[in-house]
Amino acid sequence: MRTFLLIITLLLVQTTVYAADANIELKSLRVNLNNQASLQRGAQLFMNYCSGCHSLKYLRYTSMAKGLGLTTFDGSIDKDLLMNNLIFTSSKPHEPIEVAMPDVDARQWFGRMPPDLTLTSRERGPNWIYTYLKSFYKDETRPFGANNLLVPDVSMPNVLVNLQGEVIAAKNKGHSGGQPPLKLVLIEPGSMTQQEFDSALKDLVTFLVYVAEPHKLERYSLGVWVLMFLMVLAVFAYLLKKAYWKNI
Amino acid sequence: MNGLLNWLDARLPIVKVWKEHLSEYYAPKNFNFYYIFGFLAMVVLVNQLLTGLWLTMFYTPTAEQAFGSVEYIMRDVSYGWLLRYMHSTGASAFFIVVYLHMFRGLLYGSYQKPRELIWLIGVVLFILLLAEAFFGYLLPWGQMSYWGAQVITSLFGAIPYVGDTLVTWLRGDYNISTVTLQRFFALHVVGLPIMFLGLVFLHIVALHKVGSNNPEGVEIKKHKNDKGVPLDGIPFHPYYTVKDFFAMVVFLILFFAVVFYAPEMGGYFLEHANFTPANPLTTPEYIAPVWYMTPFYAMLRSVPDKLSGVMVMFASIVVFFFIPWLDRSPVRSIRYKGMLSKWMLGIFVVTFVVLGYLGTVAVTPTKLLIARVGTVLYFAYFILMPLYTRLESHKDVPQRITK
Amino acid sequence: MNDGPDLNQEDDLKPSDDVVDEKRRQFLLTSSGILGGVGAACALTPFVSSWMPSAKALAAGAPVEVDLSRLEPGQQVTVEWRGKPVWIIRRTQEMLASLASHDAQLRDPKSVVDQQPEYAQNKYRSIKPEYLVLVGICTHLGCIPKFKPFEEELGKDWPGGFYCPCHGSSFDLAGRVFKNVPAPINLAVPPYRFVSDKVIIIGEDEQ
Repeated sequence: MRTFLLIITLLLVQTTVYAADANIELKSLRVNLNNQASLQRGAQLFMNYCSGCHSLKYLRYTSMAKGLGLTTFDGSIDKDLLMNNLIFTSSKPHEPIEVAMPDVDARQWFGRMPPDLTLTSRERGPNWIYTYLKSFYKDETRPFGANNLLVPDVSMPNVLVNLQGEVIAAKNKGHSGGQPPLKLVLIEPGSMTQQEFDSALKDLVTFLVYVAEPHKLERYSLGVWVLMFLMVLAVFAYLLKKAYWKNI
Repeated sequence: MNGLLNWLDARLPIVKVWKEHLSEYYAPKNFNFYYIFGFLAMVVLVNQLLTGLWLTMFYTPTAEQAFGSVEYIMRDVSYGWLLRYMHSTGASAFFIVVYLHMFRGLLYGSYQKPRELIWLIGVVLFILLLAEAFFGYLLPWGQMSYWGAQVITSLFGAIPYVGDTLVTWLRGDYNISTVTLQRFFALHVVGLPIMFLGLVFLHIVALHKVGSNNPEGVEIKKHKNDKGVPLDGIPFHPYYTVKDFFAMVVFLILFFAVVFYAPEMGGYFLEHANFTPANPLTTPEYIAPVWYMTPFYAMLRSVPDKLSGVMVMFASIVVFFFIPWLDRSPVRSIRYKGMLSKWMLGIFVVTFVVLGYLGTVAVTPTKLLIARVGTVLYFAYFILMPLYTRLESHKDVPQRITK
Repeated sequence: MNDGPDLNQEDDLKPSDDVVDEKRRQFLLTSSGILGGVGAACALTPFVSSWMPSAKALAAGAPVEVDLSRLEPGQQVTVEWRGKPVWIIRRTQEMLASLASHDAQLRDPKSVVDQQPEYAQNKYRSIKPEYLVLVGICTHLGCIPKFKPFEEELGKDWPGGFYCPCHGSSFDLAGRVFKNVPAPINLAVPPYRFVSDKVIIIGEDEQ
């Protein structure tokens, strides 16, 4: 009975329930939060390409600096490094990462204020963000000249087009065989090769995973100590119980 | 130290209570795995009260600031993330423990005479727990918080004549708003916890008045030695204090494994949609209550008519009150009941789990059919109980505990 | 007939087994108790630690940088630091000269009471004589005194300074408290340092 219940529970845990838009298969990537170089590259990409429109308003610049290892020899935050490379607004280092774009203008240009991205990785998952950024293609019928396979008729322009190159969506001949109707084709290379672009996206997504939960690594490491301690305590508690129950 | 104890004992019944409820309180010697869950429920309650109290120091219960204050706790407050995860994991742990605790009651007939009142108080506690979880879930003010509350409160609108007024009265506004949030906050932090503490106290006092049941269903008070001590009983302290301590440590290992390594539990303990702030203008793709309410939610959805669905859902919880009188078996424990009882209980458990799963996913024609069959089987366990517990042949219960 | 649980198996066990049992129980009880106690103490950590100022509070209490290039001689500017008003006064030569003339009228002319960092424990109560930095809160009951720099503004003997309207306390142009007023001690000098010639940071000491 107990095993049966356990199996049922485990099976249920498998099905994660993330929100998805169009029914395309998500590309997966492995995120390694221990790679500080990757996090820093991702932060740089974010600040250069995304922070003009998207805020990370639950994260402070100084918290981010600590998490990314942007510190000096004595452990304090390297404010100059921070200000020169990552802060492009008039914000002070201890302030949250807000965006300078006014709400009213955003609505006029895009139809809505671009969403804050602090928790996107927890809401949709890193695979979704990765797939989304890889799914842009040229579409002259759209206001900004771009469309997206994962979020059809999205109001966001293709901000990474210079890096990725020009991509179009062509009819997929394998569609009748159960494959998606459109496939993406690179017709003109950008400043990065496909591999470099994928690597850059991985850095960016890794950064966003960090942003969604800055204390994640601390959580993992503290957990080791707590569980080890409890296991030692369990041994003593068990022996204690056995000692008292010997005669029952 | 002895002097201090004597001074206190002359003014408070410390030694008397210690003896009556611990060192000379005799519990059956054959408590098994299922008997740990009452104690674990108390452990989780303490966890929720402590972490909840601390979270209240940093949380802001207004629509404008609630979501941000939770992120403040997760990021800016020292160890705030740990307090939050302990509280959210604790909520799910509470239901796992309580469901297993209730299952023990069904398994060994702990609700039978003279323990009916303990069971009734327990069912009230279960309903309070559901309410506490419901109020608590609105507080993070995420999309699922908001829309879950919107859906559940609108269920009351199904009641004829008073329905709509009742819904508005519950919400304090025409939709879920900051008004609703503030009153749910008060109920969650103060109102219900006070009721909890009172009822848990009564639950234990009622238990100690008659003494615990056991897996054999044997009444240990029937056979006592010349000192009045039940022959098959052992003093709660030190035997069960020491055993419970060990069990608690094992539980804490599992609990903290989740807290530190899987607090979201794939989206079941912390739902993904709740990482977006509540938006009254956009409904999430799929609204469902948290996993521990999904069996009841599945039953609600399986009935096509709104009012009937609501009544079926409430009935599925209220029916628990009647078990002491539905069970007509002359024996308590499943070990001595007939095959019918065993099958019915087994089917009930599987049905409960399947209904729970169905409540987490969107409705399809096949799933709707299974949910309907499940609802029928669920109620069959209770409604047919007077029949099958009386008709079946049962084994003879021994006088003394041997296993 | 079974006589109940064998809590004392007197027949089968030798007395020494009981003693061994008891010793083992005691050892395990003590060690589990100590371990458990350590665990409980460690478990207090998140609760106690969460009461420390959060990153938000630290941010709000962060040092404030002030640019003094626009500050004219004789003028006062006020900034907020940790929720308190902090004054920076650019003193003129006359103001500085007047500081030596009225020691007898002051309660604590040598700034003996610990109301300033050691680099401000001098006759000017500042790092550079020209710039005075003070916490603008009266040491009587917390009102904000007014800047009254002109001689004889408040009577014949007034050398210039600060006057608190709530209960009449007064301080000179180094923030030192006069005798015969309700305020007991000099105005506080906050920690501060010069980043460059005309820029100071309030809230940080000189390294």
